[in-house]
Amino acid sequence: MNGFDFILAGTLAAATPMLLAALGELVVERSGVLNLGLEGLMAVGAALAFITVYSYDSHAMGFAVAAFGGAALSMVFAAVVLGFAANQVAAGLAIGVLGLGLSSLIGKKFESLTITGLPKLSLPLLSDLPFVGPLFTQDIVVWLTALLAVAIWGVLNHSKLGLIIRAVGENPHAARAIGFPVLRVRCAAIGFGGAMAGVAGAYAATVYTPLWADGMIAGRGWIALALVVFGTWQTGRVVFGALLFGALSLGELAAQAAGIGLPSQVLASIPYAVTILMLAVISSNRRRMRLNTIASLGQPFER
Amino acid sequence: MKLTMIRRDRASRAAMFAAPFIALALTILSSLVLFAVLGKAPGQALYSLLLEPFLSWYAFSEVLLKTAPLLLIAQGLAIGFRANVFNIGAEGQLVIGAIAASALPVWYPQGDVPLMLPAMMVMGALGGMVWAGLAAGLRTRFNANEILVTLMLTLIATQVLNYLLLGPWKDPMGFNFPQSVMFPDAALLPILLPGTRVNVSILIALLASVLAYVLMRHRFSGFQLLVGGLAPRAASYAGFSERRAIWISLLLGGLAAGLAGAAEVAGPLGQLQRSVTSGYGYSAIIVAYLGGLNPLGIVVSAFLMSALAIGGDNAMVSADLPVAAVFVFQGLLLVYYLAALTLIRHRIQVIRPDEKAIP
Repeated sequence: MNGFDFILAGTLAAATPMLLAALGELVVERSGVLNLGLEGLMAVGAALAFITVYSYDSHAMGFAVAAFGGAALSMVFAAVVLGFAANQVAAGLAIGVLGLGLSSLIGKKFESLTITGLPKLSLPLLSDLPFVGPLFTQDIVVWLTALLAVAIWGVLNHSKLGLIIRAVGENPHAARAIGFPVLRVRCAAIGFGGAMAGVAGAYAATVYTPLWADGMIAGRGWIALALVVFGTWQTGRVVFGALLFGALSLGELAAQAAGIGLPSQVLASIPYAVTILMLAVISSNRRRMRLNTIASLGQPFER
Repeated sequence: MKLTMIRRDRASRAAMFAAPFIALALTILSSLVLFAVLGKAPGQALYSLLLEPFLSWYAFSEVLLKTAPLLLIAQGLAIGFRANVFNIGAEGQLVIGAIAASALPVWYPQGDVPLMLPAMMVMGALGGMVWAGLAAGLRTRFNANEILVTLMLTLIATQVLNYLLLGPWKDPMGFNFPQSVMFPDAALLPILLPGTRVNVSILIALLASVLAYVLMRHRFSGFQLLVGGLAPRAASYAGFSERRAIWISLLLGGLAAGLAGAAEVAGPLGQLQRSVTSGYGYSAIIVAYLGGLNPLGIVVSAFLMSALAIGGDNAMVSADLPVAAVFVFQGLLLVYYLAALTLIRHRIQVIRPDEKAIP
């Protein structure tokens, strides 16, 4: 397999954890809430999923437990920012720290153990195509994530539920005036985002690299947060950004394997540096940011 | 019967003072439950957590030692948080500060010039300011969100540290450990309390607290900073700018964190090593909030947080739990505090089904 095939085949899998978390956060932010705790939520999902898969040898169970754990921890966040109308930046950071601590507490005994990932499934016909064929041999979660992205796009932009979520995010007081339960909608969105972050962590720890190590999320939760901003809160652009970062992390591995004369630390920094660069390029269009930013993002709702 | 929250006419001072202590009590209670769930004796954990840090002179001196960086960084961050500038990358600014300060003793390991130490402190402060200044420039020039930029810069700073310690700055006599040479005496902060590791950095942190208090109280600049961050439009009408609030907040935050990093390598570590990034930059965020973003409150919260960290470490070690789990305490503490904070502006009212809330 040459470098190009390697990147082509691996990009989708590398993008999947970031994409899952970013899609969840997209829904949360569309409802007007900023949850900065993704990194911790992903870590909890990763630890729970690894333990479950190790103990019961079932990926389905692992993903379910991770989704439940992520949603449960995000309910603590919901209680603080919705119930107590607290500062969302501080509460998100608190949940992130709490999640990182919990993950190392529960995962400690499972460090350096191994499990097997998931088999790759080839799409018939497409995977036989010349040149782009390797793109179509992926594990089931990658395909489900692609379907989920389409579903989230459809719900947000073309359904009544999506309209309610966007109304709550753009103008919560008007939404309440016409009878939508603002806090309940936000609570549901936060729970969904937490479950997605949990699943993202599960993919990272049981499929992408089937192992648990403290700190293994390694900034991917923060990159997912940045992806939502790059994507200017549009589903399609978030997916595009995730693919770009997937390719970038694969490029890093390919460059390391090819023995390019750069220290590994420089290569490891590239995704973070590109995040900063993209953030600067996209945010500098102030007019577009103003048009796309969720109007009530980060502001507590009080009647 | 239903509970509801009613906005108070004016903030409750009693609740303001009580909130951090309510949060602390709830955190301790929750961690005892956690210990019980994990099958560890809660009594022993409580003893290690609350009493051990104060039972011996040595343990207490370690609390003071840890207070210094937390206090210094939190004072710097609070200036920004009050102006709604969220620098959450103090950890990276600390690392760059530590690296910048280490450059001198690494390059001149035999140096015994008295100026070495002050020069290191200046280098550390400048290093932190440069790292935070990058975020300020990106925010003011390109509108890039400082929360994400400061965090990404922290991840990059860690890689820079790894690169130096595994490569050019690795001690050739260090048995291949990722650490620099041991610093000469001229590069070490003087010990304040003989027989302990407490050095003059605690005095620097207290001095910074006084300066932070003066800045907040100084009518004009403190007010400008506050308005610049909270209401950029109103501020620009009045002739002071959001831009300046962002620059001042980030530069002061970076200065404090960089100085703290310099004091770590010139203090308890005595060399540049990986453990310089042990989470002070993140804990200081919690310290700043817990102190109500008030310079005096932060002095108290930094001390409490440090005691909790030492006690937590003890409890974890004696219960054979990973030390990183101390983040569980810190996360819970902030969660409870943010919830308790609501009581400052709201009171809780009980509504029976047959009556309506009295506004």
